[in-house]
Amino acid sequence: MPITYTSGGQVEVYRFSLPVTVGVPLLALFLQAFLPRRFPGFAVYLDLPLLVTIYFAMARRNPISGLFTGAVIGLLQDMLGHNPIGIYGIAKTMVGYLASSLGVKLDVENAGARFLLTLGFYFIHSAVWFTVARGMVSLTQNWSWSRGLLAGLANAFLGVILYFFLDKFKQRA
Amino acid sequence: MESVLGRYRNLVILVGVLFLQMLGLAVQVKRSNDTEHTRLIRVWAVDVITPFERVLIWAQNGTGNLWHSYLYLRGVRAENRQLKDQIEQLRLEQVRLNEDAVQAHRLQAVLAFKEQYISRTVAAQVIGSSGSDSSRLLYIDKGEDQGLKRDMAVITADGIVGKVLQVFPSVSQVLLINDQSSGVGTILEKSRLQGFLKGTATGEVVLEGVMSDEQVTTGERVLTSGGDQIFPKGLPVGTVTNVGTGKDLFLNIQIKPAVNLGKLEEVLVVVERQERQAQTADVGRVRAADILAQRLPSVPDKPATVTNSPTTVPAGTVAAPKAASPKPAPAGGEAVAKQPVKSPSGGVVAGSKPPSTAATQPKPATAPVEPPVKADPPKVDPAKVGPAKVDPAKVDPATTDPQDSPH
Repeated sequence: MPITYTSGGQVEVYRFSLPVTVGVPLLALFLQAFLPRRFPGFAVYLDLPLLVTIYFAMARRNPISGLFTGAVIGLLQDMLGHNPIGIYGIAKTMVGYLASSLGVKLDVENAGARFLLTLGFYFIHSAVWFTVARGMVSLTQNWSWSRGLLAGLANAFLGVILYFFLDKFKQRA
Repeated sequence: MESVLGRYRNLVILVGVLFLQMLGLAVQVKRSNDTEHTRLIRVWAVDVITPFERVLIWAQNGTGNLWHSYLYLRGVRAENRQLKDQIEQLRLEQVRLNEDAVQAHRLQAVLAFKEQYISRTVAAQVIGSSGSDSSRLLYIDKGEDQGLKRDMAVITADGIVGKVLQVFPSVSQVLLINDQSSGVGTILEKSRLQGFLKGTATGEVVLEGVMSDEQVTTGERVLTSGGDQIFPKGLPVGTVTNVGTGKDLFLNIQIKPAVNLGKLEEVLVVVERQERQAQTADVGRVRAADILAQRLPSVPDKPATVTNSPTTVPAGTVAAPKAASPKPAPAGGEAVAKQPVKSPSGGVVAGSKPPSTAATQPKPATAPVEPPVKADPPKVDPAKVGPAKVDPAKVDPATTDPQDSPH
């Protein structure tokens, strides 16, 4: 019997084995840190840890599990930078909580819904991140709508593909 | 009370987790963003992620080396030949630059300047980044074990990259110059105006602190001023790409970094610098002509050729050496060779002169180059031809002065 992390008690709730639960977020963080070395624009437009947070939160459909997943992934992402630790943590905690809460109420299995939800969560993540960065840490950040929209669409598109592959690892609870 | 907590359990936990993170943030902000206090948890994250990066870089390099060093050797011979030619040209260029350096040292010594030398560097490979555009930094595969410390300068052959921000046992964080929190003391090469370089939120690099009544032109090079006590003076930083009016009577100067910060693979960390008084110790001078003498054995040993007038030796026309051992010019002088040899900078090498005479003239070789005027023997007035008319110093590649040009 493998150790699993599930929400339990809900319809269509999925669980993941421990290697997937630990390995996928770490792989996402690793790729997020490694790929900009080859593709400088990668970190500007894509946020793999965010996509993984959204996916796990929506699949497990447990708000507590979702917020903790977001918090851990976000804090790890903060630790790789030099800004104070917690900016990504707070943003991804919010996204994890909202994604899992929404996953309870909506069908998040089809590609269209996933695309729109990822786009929406990208903007929520950016809004929380900017608020915390400017309000608490006094980081000077300029929001560009064109760049934000482009990044949102890129993340949503990549998210749909990524979720398709991650679906192979989920197990019905 | 219990029922309320139970009903809103998820929300309560969310608020609790958010509150804890905000508290942590507030503590870090209060400590003025000092990253030393969060060092331990950052070490954990770095220890988790960087081993994978190192392995991947190692495998990538191994595959690349195997392919390029053993399998894909097409064009290597031709490239080798080109590189050898380039080395020859650079050696000659070096001789000219040495002359300039000697003169600069002499002047520095006169003014009692202290010079900074980069005495030791450690080469490091870039293995990763922060993965966020709000935190522009790199991870390199060298750390405390290799003698790296905080605030050491990180450079490449093209220019400066950034400074070491955090040092872990075998990995270090490098803060790039285009990060918002970076700052570099700089000086504009021509106008000698000083300012400080900063990164912006969008990853651009700007020069601040230059008053709006100053004249700054686009294309001007920016160098380190040494004022930040991190970067040695005189390293290339970038070039001015745009000059506009900024806030508070200062110019808004945009800079294009000399280094492509998005495509870095290897860097040098300056681990040791020396500061010493400038000295005028004479270094053994090597003339470009001497190097040519070694490299061009096919240049024939020519007899003295009578020239028509002293003006036939244009500035920048340099003396060609004889094949084996340069001999002093015979009486009557020789100014123009019949087989001029192109010098690396486009100058024409002609005639020969004794090497000893070059050492007496410390002028730099910066003269404009013109082709020699061909001698016309029938028009030569023997009375005008003599050693006094042809100053050997004027035809020496390392000592030609533009002021000496008769044109």
